[in-house]
Amino acid sequence: MIPSAEHRRFLQEMKAHTGQDPARCYQCAKCSASCPVTEAMDLLPHQVIRLLQLGFNEKVQASSTPWICATCFTCAARCPRDLDLARIMEGVRLSFLRRRGATRLDPGDIAPELLQKLPQQALVSAFRKHSR
Amino acid sequence: MARIRYRYFPGCTLKTQAQIMEQTALASAEALGIQLEELPRWQCCGAVFPLYEDEAISLLSPVRTLAAAGGEPLVSLCAACHHVLKRAQEAVRRNKEVREKVTDFLQVDYGGEGRVLHFLELLRDDYGFSRLAAEVRRPLAGQKLAPYYGCLLLRPGGVMQFDDPENPETMEEFLAALGADPVSTAYRTECCGAYLSVTRSDVAASTAGRIVEAAAKAGAEALVAACPLCRYNLENSVGSGGPRLPVYYFTELLAEALGVAPGEEVKPG
Repeated sequence: MIPSAEHRRFLQEMKAHTGQDPARCYQCAKCSASCPVTEAMDLLPHQVIRLLQLGFNEKVQASSTPWICATCFTCAARCPRDLDLARIMEGVRLSFLRRRGATRLDPGDIAPELLQKLPQQALVSAFRKHSR
Repeated sequence: MARIRYRYFPGCTLKTQAQIMEQTALASAEALGIQLEELPRWQCCGAVFPLYEDEAISLLSPVRTLAAAGGEPLVSLCAACHHVLKRAQEAVRRNKEVREKVTDFLQVDYGGEGRVLHFLELLRDDYGFSRLAAEVRRPLAGQKLAPYYGCLLLRPGGVMQFDDPENPETMEEFLAALGADPVSTAYRTECCGAYLSVTRSDVAASTAGRIVEAAAKAGAEALVAACPLCRYNLENSVGSGGPRLPVYYFTELLAEALGVAPGEEVKPG
């Protein structure tokens, strides 16, 4: 499949702003073996990278994986190709969040009793990752 | 030798849920003769480091803090604050475009100067764990404690330079200096679930549950954390049925060993 112009632009921007090029990945899947939250993902981290290589942007956009990623940096620490997958996942999240009005977390979604209990740090982090 | 002054950045959670972390750290620093001076009018570090470097707005706050330290060593207690400040400094040093955009906007002159330290690094590298051991008045003898490092102190290893990211020893050495019996588990560097406790508490319960279970199996009576969100997840996100362990900040144990925990008076040595 020939990647769309939109996808090529996305990959160019990713390279410019993170220094990451998914094309470098050779699919060893060490990231997926290391990731502590794969059980909740619909695509494994190395599968996301493969789809990005092939230009299946819509499948990546529809995936839960970038929103389950907790940016723990374990994948990046172990990648034999020195790819920073946490930055790539951030790119996928931002390509959604930078659309007008897009958000993945509304303050009204958080139960009031949880809101009282959560550390500020959790709230600031979650809103930074899920909204703009 | 002139005493070094450290500028201290508390961060949002240390003024609310994690007040005990700040209280015990400040009492311990005073007992050890370490001068921690809180930065005036500081603001939130941003909690997460922006991984897309055109997100300049998210860098304004940490860079303002770094510049406010005026080249003096800047110390944090919270692993997340330390992570954001350290990586923002690295971004400013490495990326000229980012540096110019952010410092122009803030109207500050900052090129990445100054040491950015976590309090554990200060104790290890500047004060020294052997000197710390000599100051212990109430050794935590026989206490089996499991260090929990989490992600943000260790990774990315090249920027954080805290310890070996796969096999760290700093917290074990710190606990040993306090007289405790550190218990290491393979899960001490695994993610606690971080902010997923807001959006997917089921996932955070699972990640935190594995860490607590590993520590309990290894015979630990408590876990030791360096981040309020790690502590929250380890305490609150443990799935039903799994074991529970108390979680302490490393500063609480420090204050206890030094005999300056809240409610205690320093006894003349």
